[in-house]
Amino acid sequence: MSLELKNVEKKVGIDTHIHLTNLKLEKNTINVLLGSTLAGKTTLMQIMAGLDKPTAGEIWFNGENVTGKEVQKRNCSMVYQQFINYPNFTVFENIASPLKITGIKSDEIKERVGKVAELLKLSAMLNKKPDELSGGQQQRTALARALVKDSDLILLDEPLANLDFKLREELREELPKLFEDRDCIVVYATTEPQDALMIGGNTATLLEGKVIQYGKTLDVYSKPENLTSARVFSDPPMNIADINKNGEIFKIDNNNVEWKSNLKIKDGRYKIGIRPHNITTYKEGNNSVEINGKVLISELSGSESLIHFTNGKLNWVSLSNGIQSKNIGEETKLYMNIDEFLYFDHNNRLVNHG
Amino acid sequence: MNKTLNQKAWLFVIPVFVLVAFNAAIPLMTVVNYSFQETFGSNVFAWEGTRWFKEILHSERFHASLGRQVIFTFIILLIQLPLGIGIALSMPKKGWGVPVCLILMSMPLLIPWNVVGAMWNIFALPEIGFLGNSLNSIGFDYNFTQQSGDAWFTTILMDVWHWTSLVVLLSYAGLNSIQPAYYQAAEIDGASRWDIFRYIELPKMKKVLTLAILLRFMDSFMIYTEPFVLTGGGPGNATNFLSLDLVKMALGQFDLGPAAAMSLIYFLIVLLICWIFYTIMMKDEGRT
Repeated sequence: MSLELKNVEKKVGIDTHIHLTNLKLEKNTINVLLGSTLAGKTTLMQIMAGLDKPTAGEIWFNGENVTGKEVQKRNCSMVYQQFINYPNFTVFENIASPLKITGIKSDEIKERVGKVAELLKLSAMLNKKPDELSGGQQQRTALARALVKDSDLILLDEPLANLDFKLREELREELPKLFEDRDCIVVYATTEPQDALMIGGNTATLLEGKVIQYGKTLDVYSKPENLTSARVFSDPPMNIADINKNGEIFKIDNNNVEWKSNLKIKDGRYKIGIRPHNITTYKEGNNSVEINGKVLISELSGSESLIHFTNGKLNWVSLSNGIQSKNIGEETKLYMNIDEFLYFDHNNRLVNHG
Repeated sequence: MNKTLNQKAWLFVIPVFVLVAFNAAIPLMTVVNYSFQETFGSNVFAWEGTRWFKEILHSERFHASLGRQVIFTFIILLIQLPLGIGIALSMPKKGWGVPVCLILMSMPLLIPWNVVGAMWNIFALPEIGFLGNSLNSIGFDYNFTQQSGDAWFTTILMDVWHWTSLVVLLSYAGLNSIQPAYYQAAEIDGASRWDIFRYIELPKMKKVLTLAILLRFMDSFMIYTEPFVLTGGGPGNATNFLSLDLVKMALGQFDLGPAAAMSLIYFLIVLLICWIFYTIMMKDEGRT
């Protein structure tokens, strides 16, 4: 089983919502679509489901061209950012709703709903109506509706976005387990890089209707093919600077930060990408280089400290462990972990693969 | 520690008391006052106890106009609600059609009630009115000033024309607040158009529909101006609704005591029906 988008394009009027896309999702995988709002995640999902038709290209499912096939005949289910349940059905009736149309016997419906409800910790509230539940429970009900019918394709469109922090953490931990031994393809859209890392599986980075990179989540994170993909997959935003390489000496433009490395790339000009957690107030790793900065703002969360500072003409973001209290305007010294630098050439392509 | 008693705060409430007194309490109490007494000229009153109330409750005239009123309101609701929801469902959801439809729908609501009555009076005249003339020319024997059935037909048609828009606008607002994801979810489940209406749109419109029913009930139950101008309650007493009858009793015959008792009974009926209705419609909402 696989889902394949072949040369898919979606235009609405003169706007292109999805640029030419080729994507192949394999069976028993969780696939994260990672990108900001309006990156085309929802459109792509609707095309996958058959809720929307591409203006060009084909969708193949299991070796069958399903481009024009209606959503009801595709055996897929979808969970939305909003908690979508039938308002005057009980939780039981809601979960059972996708099964009723298929003509399954009521005994079996009862059994299956019972199982899914237990999995999602809803057993105690089967007789309640959605508006009597908390947001988290409403979303669990919606998830149960998606899981109950053995779909081939399960689409989750930012399912955690409307939940408060604690419920989000809780459900995010459970999610990968829910799909573990299911014979289906899961697609999960999110704006948050952290979601992708926690869910694992595969990730496709998206920007402005284009799929930038698709691969194993950790690969996409640690070896972004290009600068765009790296930027999409970094929160807080990645630090980017122009550098010059001459022999073993690497130097950032417009300031005095320089380091030595035996990285085998041609001399010349590059861009480096440094994730905020690779700039810290303490030394980390074997090779680090100092950078001086003037603190713009520091945000403390308790376990982490986010310090924004300026150096040269650039603004930098650093992320250190623990509480690193800094005053605004303070001159401070930080350390960058050289081994974690990402080098991009003039085409913005990554040059230091592994 | 001793607290000093300070009653000054009451002073600030006085303006509200005065306002409410003039606006509601005093007029209402005047009516209550009249309803228990017999009035003679030059402000002479005599206590009558509950006589007027008993008289009204046992009077055939009151029963007849109450009956007409109930039937009228019932027919009005039966037509306007499904029609209003139907029109709202078939209105466009985006594009240039939206403002056009909304303006068209708002227009009847903006016309003063007596103008509506006068308009329909002329429109329905059997000789010269477009409606009356057309009906007669295609073979119907139509004359709303002479035949009770025609008078009812015209009054109902007028009210439907005037007020269905209100139901349309409320339903349309209710429909527009439903997130598109609901329709997609239903599509994935393979729900039919009827299922979508029954299990998504109708429950989601419940609150606005409750409001629509209450507003339409109250307005139609207290209808006065339009039938007064259109039929004057005629022919005979055929369209003599409660408020028309009340005015005839109070200002036509100058029976102030019975009229006051009748208006109190009238007021209590409206209040009671609204309360029952609202309680039933909202009985599921209290749990959240």
